[in-house]
Amino acid sequence: MSHLLELQKISKSFGPVQALHEVDFSLQAGEVVGLIGENGAGKSTLMNLLGGMLQPTAGQIKIDGSAVNITDAISAAQRGISFVHQELNLLDNLNVAGNIFLGREPRKWGCIDETRMADQTRPLLDKLGLDIAPEHHLAELTNGQKQLVEIAKALSMDARILILDEPTSSLTIKETDTLLTLVETLREHGMAVIFITHRLAEIERVADRVVALRDGELAGHLSREEISHDRMISLMIGRDLSEVYPPLPDAIGEVILSVDHLTTARWPRGGASFSVQAGEILGLAGLVGSGRSELAQAIFGVDESPSGSINVEGTLLERGSVDAAIARGVFLAPEDRKASGLVLEMSVRENMTLNSLNRFSRRTRIDVTREREQTEQWRQEYGVKAPDVEQPVGDLSGGNQQKVVLAKWMTLGPKVMIFDEPTRGIDMGARHEIYQAMADLARSGCAVLMISSDMEELLGMSHRIAVMCEGHLTGILEPDQFSEASIMKLAVQTGGTAAPPK
Amino acid sequence: MLSRYRKELCLLLVLLFVAFWTIIFSRNREADGLLTALLESRFLSGRNLENLARQIGMYGIFSLGMGLVIISGGIDLSVGSLMALLGTVFFYMLTGAHAWIPGMHWPFAMALLLVLAVAIGLLHGWLIAKIGMPAFVVTLCGLRGYRGLAQTLTRDTSLGYYDATYSIEGLDRLMTGELFGMPAAFIAFLVISGIVYYALHQSVFGRYLLALGRNEQAARYSGINTTRIITYAYIACTLLTCVSALFFALYTADVVPSMHGNFFELYAIAGAVLGGCSLRGGEGSVIGIILGTTVLLVLQNMVNLLGYDSSFSKVITALVILGGVLVDRFEIWKWVSFRSKTA
Repeated sequence: MSHLLELQKISKSFGPVQALHEVDFSLQAGEVVGLIGENGAGKSTLMNLLGGMLQPTAGQIKIDGSAVNITDAISAAQRGISFVHQELNLLDNLNVAGNIFLGREPRKWGCIDETRMADQTRPLLDKLGLDIAPEHHLAELTNGQKQLVEIAKALSMDARILILDEPTSSLTIKETDTLLTLVETLREHGMAVIFITHRLAEIERVADRVVALRDGELAGHLSREEISHDRMISLMIGRDLSEVYPPLPDAIGEVILSVDHLTTARWPRGGASFSVQAGEILGLAGLVGSGRSELAQAIFGVDESPSGSINVEGTLLERGSVDAAIARGVFLAPEDRKASGLVLEMSVRENMTLNSLNRFSRRTRIDVTREREQTEQWRQEYGVKAPDVEQPVGDLSGGNQQKVVLAKWMTLGPKVMIFDEPTRGIDMGARHEIYQAMADLARSGCAVLMISSDMEELLGMSHRIAVMCEGHLTGILEPDQFSEASIMKLAVQTGGTAAPPK
Repeated sequence: MLSRYRKELCLLLVLLFVAFWTIIFSRNREADGLLTALLESRFLSGRNLENLARQIGMYGIFSLGMGLVIISGGIDLSVGSLMALLGTVFFYMLTGAHAWIPGMHWPFAMALLLVLAVAIGLLHGWLIAKIGMPAFVVTLCGLRGYRGLAQTLTRDTSLGYYDATYSIEGLDRLMTGELFGMPAAFIAFLVISGIVYYALHQSVFGRYLLALGRNEQAARYSGINTTRIITYAYIACTLLTCVSALFFALYTADVVPSMHGNFFELYAIAGAVLGGCSLRGGEGSVIGIILGTTVLLVLQNMVNLLGYDSSFSKVITALVILGGVLVDRFEIWKWVSFRSKTA
């Protein structure tokens, strides 16, 4: 029997980096396959090959048994492959129908036939159980509804293969449930679905089969009966969890950072109160958009915070001033390394010293020689794999970039170090080094706040876990309460129907 | 080492090519021997070189300021109009002929004019960096407004300074005189180039400017006061425009507000871009800006000396800039091997 979709010995390399190595994959009509793997395991690369964003270096893609060449997103769509990205590809300034038919609008006399477009949209929305009008403006929808609009768009293109990349990462529990039910309905109609997620419970519920990738290679399959949380984890990681997460320091000192009813510009009615002690790593969990990053930015002072107070070692920290935060030893390794953490075009040396140039300058002049010697020493100390410190950081891997960020801040002697998604897009080897550095930092008496969306990371690297939902801190879990379920319960506590205020 | 300066070396090659072309075609056809003929070319004549040096000095000074603004990721379209306004105000200060502008001795007038320029730069920087208005819009308003203001002040007539009521002794010698056979504007340009070179390539300010031009958010997250650094860049631009405006006003000796400094901002942008500044920000060097401006002026000089149609010179300039940016876009200079790829 020929498969609907078959990938044979697919390889993809980016220059010297082998992202995928001889991966086999197959898909039947009416089947939901869970695709799992750590960040950087090659899931996105594999799916981008299917979606036409990338071309394989070697191997073959077969649809209905015949080899095809997917050159771009349009040719993928023509072959019935529809890719719903994690970051939704929708236009906020159009209505629902306009988004669904973007680029394929029905026309009359050269103008868009709005009536016909709306008529064609309505049955699609009904099919998905989405109770909104085609004329509804997209900006007014919640994330969950937008996700469904994306799927409606896929249906309108007669997709036979639907790729869902982390579809639930910003959805509430109720919306997630709706989406999973929908996936089950689509399966009954013969749709083949590739479901990518970090939430293993969702895979347990909907997947007929699990395919795991690790470091660009096929790590294994699980059939419906074999699917279990622990087996998926061991397939993804390929090693014992204790090899990934170093032991945490057990000497907890006095309170270093204490935050009282702090609000953020995005969630002015929210508020968070918590404290972090010396030697402690406090995990901060929550859905994407729950206000965790905004809270971190408010503490670091790059964002204004309307109200509340921040205390460092018992004295008040001025809100909304990066200078004040840095002077008090409160540092942030931001979520988006490329946008906020580093200047990619600049060298390792220039990036490492950008926050501390006064240490390398006499009056206004930069002492480049001293700067080079010192950063070379740091480069070796932090194990940044680069030929020398003059290498632009944009040429380094994610793990090495993150080490540059760590060196940049840790050498300033942090009192409070905030990590926002410290290991996103970083391979397992480098992750271990970063976890080790975090643990060492805590052991030296620093208070660490770690924002993460990675459940395993939160559970493995935190002394306590605080959870946020819609700008509020909904609870703090002690180690004996640690579980994925208890985190999720707090993360969606307020029910979450409203889109965040703009 | 050489590979780091590939762009600049390419520009230097273009410059030498244009210069040699001009020398060859403006050679003294009556001299005996080729070498003598070339040495006695009109391009290499004392008067031409002096004139060229003055032009490079005057255009170069404000181009450096524009370069800093472009490196910050912004743009200043008001340069030419500001020149007209500052020239007008300066002459009124010398003559005391306008009711709103007090007359004074020229050293005070100069100092006050520089303060005025700093204030305008501060206003630009405040509107752009602090309030967050687009640089294009703010300085476009400057482009219209400053020239309009100059024309209003003069009732749209030309303005000289020879009927100054205050002593202008020394002013002429300072601004249009020579030292070691070099025009004052050129010497000022050399000094200013040195200062800007230090500021951009050796000081903390320069590092911050390049960083925020590339990625303002990352600079902010590193604790850099980006608002202040961007404002400094706009102040540097108006300040250098003011210095240049003083030279221009005294060189032309009378200011016609509707024409004075017209399109100079475009010369400055062209020179900076040709010299390797990226309009996306974060990229550029002082040597590049100097070479870019020089290439444009030598081209202009070539057109004048060789008697090419001066209207056509605009086409040549356009093609050179377009070519220069194309070369940069496709990194054609990388194809030129300097046998130092390992560097």
